[in-house]
Amino acid sequence: MAEKGTWIVKKGMAEMLKGGVIMDVTTPEQAKIAEEAGACAVMALERVPSDIRAAGGVARMADPSMIKSIMDAVTIPVMAKVRIGHFVEAQILEALEVDYIDESEVLTPADEEFHINKHEFTVPFVCGARDLGEALRRIAEGAAMIRTKGEPGTGNVVEAVRHMRRMMSEIRYVQSLSKEELVMVAKKMGAPYDLLVQVAEEGKLPVVNFAAGGIATPADAALMMQLGSDGVFVGSGIFKSKDPAARAKAIVEATTHYNDPEILLKVSKDLGEAMPGIEISAISPEMRMQERGW
Amino acid sequence: MKIGVLALQGAFREHEKSLKSCGAETCQIRLPEHLEDIDALVIPGGESTTMIRLLLEYGLLDKIKERAEKGMPIFGTCAGMVLLSKKVEDSDQITLKLMDTVVKRNAFGRQVNSFEADLDIEMFDTPYRGVFIRAPYIVSVGQGVEVLAKYQDKIVMVKQGNFLASAFHPELTEDNRIHKYFLSMI
Repeated sequence: MAEKGTWIVKKGMAEMLKGGVIMDVTTPEQAKIAEEAGACAVMALERVPSDIRAAGGVARMADPSMIKSIMDAVTIPVMAKVRIGHFVEAQILEALEVDYIDESEVLTPADEEFHINKHEFTVPFVCGARDLGEALRRIAEGAAMIRTKGEPGTGNVVEAVRHMRRMMSEIRYVQSLSKEELVMVAKKMGAPYDLLVQVAEEGKLPVVNFAAGGIATPADAALMMQLGSDGVFVGSGIFKSKDPAARAKAIVEATTHYNDPEILLKVSKDLGEAMPGIEISAISPEMRMQERGW
Repeated sequence: MKIGVLALQGAFREHEKSLKSCGAETCQIRLPEHLEDIDALVIPGGESTTMIRLLLEYGLLDKIKERAEKGMPIFGTCAGMVLLSKKVEDSDQITLKLMDTVVKRNAFGRQVNSFEADLDIEMFDTPYRGVFIRAPYIVSVGQGVEVLAKYQDKIVMVKQGNFLASAFHPELTEDNRIHKYFLSMI
């Protein structure tokens, strides 16, 4: 008998995305540019994070007909975002048959206490995290893929670096602990004990871990890969730059050849202007998207 | 024995793990010069459109074909099966054209239709748990292509000379019988 939506099928889908670049797109034309540049998936949304940031107000799931037009335009997987805790938006996207749902802090949260119980869905979910405890809480809820939160829509990689470094450092730390110490650390981190033991034994998250939030250049992508990311999401960084097709290609190549400075040098040349960046301290704390989610 | 795993994108680390569990040495292939001292190649699952672009850009496509035509065994899973086929149905997607097969991409549907199922594989006595993720299947085969497994009448595993391909992902399970079989082809 065939079984759909099993853990291995959900988690396995993310394994297939590894070493790749997932690009935010807002039109079928952009989706095609992304596919031709070598994106391993696209994230369909109405506005890229920098425009959501600029527009303010409540940001919600995109119009399904717009997501569908992107699904029809490309053969690579299509992801879409729902608000944190908005399980009905997720039901709608599952009915639409998107390939992955991002329960995302980029949109305005719908629930200030709970995230979606993702085990109930056949479609897999990716969630953002800033540290190991947050990542393991999301996995306990059924997330089959994790990404750093970074600070979306800023073109500033500093927060993604902070989150990835913290996660990696905490993974190294828990590997050195005894079982009884892990009980107390699980309590302190707010992480489920069994998952924490698994991380301590395997030295990595139980699911694929991507970088996201502020990646704007090939060097940014390679930096995140060298810090231990399994792949990268690029949001505003591509279609808010001067030459999206060239930049998209360069970021794909930099993600594959992240350890080869000669290639990184070659692909970093002549890309035109990157998206304008924002200094994190210039964003008031209540406007920081990474604080959303619990 | 050294097995190269194409590491442009996709589940290459899982293949390395499976191959190592069979006692093989592995290395990651990203550039043509990495192909020089390997005895066989694995092309993993991932996105075939991403891989083909990087294969072309860095001159790997011709180099792999050259080694393959001289007899180097290649095992392709999912996207790897797509890349080994001579043609992709309803598409002009470039491939390695090493196997006389026509392949249909995402043939079992989108991710919500991805599944696991037990398969009867020609050379094994007991069923093999196949993990299918946005999987392709083979629409037609030419002479000299051996069909090793079908699922609901669709061809999901084939062999032709030194090439082996599966629509499913043996690297995602602990069952390493297929990797052992591939190593026996070298």
